[in-house]
Amino acid sequence: MTTTTPAARPVGVDIQESESNRAVIEAIEADNPEATVRHMPGMVRVQVPGKLVINRESVEERLGREWETHEFQLAIISYFGHIKEWDDDEIVIAWDH
Amino acid sequence: MTIAPKAARKLTMKQRYSALTRDLDWEPSYVPAEELFPYTRFEGIKIHDWSKWEDPFRLTVDAYAKYQAEKDKRLYAVLDGFAQSQGHLSLTDASYLNAMKLFLQGVTPLEYQAHRNFAYLSRHLNGPGPRFASLCQSLDEMRHAQTEIHTLSNYNKYYSGFHDYLHMHDRVWYLSVPKSFFDDALSAGPFEFLIAIGFSFEYLLTNLLFVPFMSGASFNGDLPTMTFGFSAQSDESRHMTLGLEAIKFLLEQDEDNVPIVQHWIDKWFWRGYRVTALVAQMLDYMLPRKVMSWKEAFELYFEQQMLGGLFQDLAFYGIRPPRDVEKAIQEKDYISHQAYWILYQFSHAAAFTTSVPSDEHLDWLEEQYPDTFPTYRKLWDKERKNVENGGRHFVRGLPQLCQVCQIPMGFTEADDPFIQCQRETIFEGERYNFCSDGCKNIFDHEPVKFRQSWLPVHQIYQGNCGAADLPGVLQWYGMQPGDGGEYLGSVDHENWLAWHDMAETTGGN
Repeated sequence: MTTTTPAARPVGVDIQESESNRAVIEAIEADNPEATVRHMPGMVRVQVPGKLVINRESVEERLGREWETHEFQLAIISYFGHIKEWDDDEIVIAWDH
Repeated sequence: MTIAPKAARKLTMKQRYSALTRDLDWEPSYVPAEELFPYTRFEGIKIHDWSKWEDPFRLTVDAYAKYQAEKDKRLYAVLDGFAQSQGHLSLTDASYLNAMKLFLQGVTPLEYQAHRNFAYLSRHLNGPGPRFASLCQSLDEMRHAQTEIHTLSNYNKYYSGFHDYLHMHDRVWYLSVPKSFFDDALSAGPFEFLIAIGFSFEYLLTNLLFVPFMSGASFNGDLPTMTFGFSAQSDESRHMTLGLEAIKFLLEQDEDNVPIVQHWIDKWFWRGYRVTALVAQMLDYMLPRKVMSWKEAFELYFEQQMLGGLFQDLAFYGIRPPRDVEKAIQEKDYISHQAYWILYQFSHAAAFTTSVPSDEHLDWLEEQYPDTFPTYRKLWDKERKNVENGGRHFVRGLPQLCQVCQIPMGFTEADDPFIQCQRETIFEGERYNFCSDGCKNIFDHEPVKFRQSWLPVHQIYQGNCGAADLPGVLQWYGMQPGDGGEYLGSVDHENWLAWHDMAETTGGN
């Protein structure tokens, strides 16, 4: 096991593959340029080194309607990392230490 | 694209959470806090400030109800569509359902037990934050038990092995593996339960337990299971958060908590990991269309995410990876082969069926496990000859069980596939046997607890399982003809062939 900094260790989310979640995935890709996306049966895994951000406004732009960050609960299957922030405007997943 | 401006919200999410969850708490004045919360001191854990507990989801009752209702609506639409369209006929094969029989018998009852224990935590933890998170999780677990039962009840109309799963869970030998695991957690204190289930089960191992089942369902035409699985997993991300918050909270509250938590991580990693042996054999042997091997799943979900990610984070608090983790890494190359071989030989006493893997399946296994599988392939080649000669192998005796994980003692030493791994401890004049150092270490720390294990084989010999012969015990287990044994020629297999022939004939008209 090699030690790496929190900025380099990957964090990520597994999201159900669906029509409305496509906007969420596209928003994550746009706001996290280092994101890699892997398609698995029925789901999509998005992984980013260090920190993953989901912006409400970016999702709303792509979805064409209002979107509460709470709604992300309908999309998420699993994640790795630590949920650092979940407020009205953004969700942030990152390691602490 | 422009979006109509939002109406100003009266309270932000943070304010709502604070008002609706935290502010509803009060300081007791008629009784001391120790009397109101009597169970949070005896384990030696020291908590100085309960308000430091974080809940990143900032969930309130109204938001919880709104989104859970939406999840259920989506699921039940799928269940109806699948049942109405005779969806069960579009599965890859009836043998796929063996994985789901194991799930219903082994996992669904654990959801209900989790519901019970989180209800207890939602009353007995001192802080309002963890109490509310526990309440939500308690309701989630009840929802999971119910939606799983509803989903799989459709298969019970057509296939064997789905009836009497609760009855079986309490009695059958292979189900004592998950049952004893959870009973161990239920009979622990509230903080140990949080580390056992909230952290080790929900955060460390959840992806290994659930995602393989759900991706397997997706690949094998089982739309309803995939949907309930993903619906349940969306709650699971909240449960993972509760588990992670719990461990960080305990570690930050007092340095004296660190060694206690480290011991629980060591214990519960190994306890949970042993239960995943059932998942390992399911992934590698029970899915007609394969998703990924156990080895690949273990590397992805455990080695990369947990050892490479989480444990580096926890090192900050002085926590190291679980004690026996190296052994689990060694075992990834062979555990599924040994676990399925055990189930294969004893499936005449199970409520699922097994069969010799096809040539194509054996080739796939050899590709996935180039170093180890050639040894096991010889075993299957030999067994295939037995079957051709009319001598399909079932063990007629009863196996020795590990005192802790309760799996029949069929695992070997890591460096030799022909030497059975056996460890023992003599405690107060009695000898106890274990399948691994991991299980022995757990016993040695709590011998008085684990000498009480309800071991199915011992119970049969003691005359507590209905009868002294196999048919009598199977009857006591609640099993019916067709539930277990060989898949080829079984009731499910015959029906499957007949339904598909019938479909072809009708289609030809």
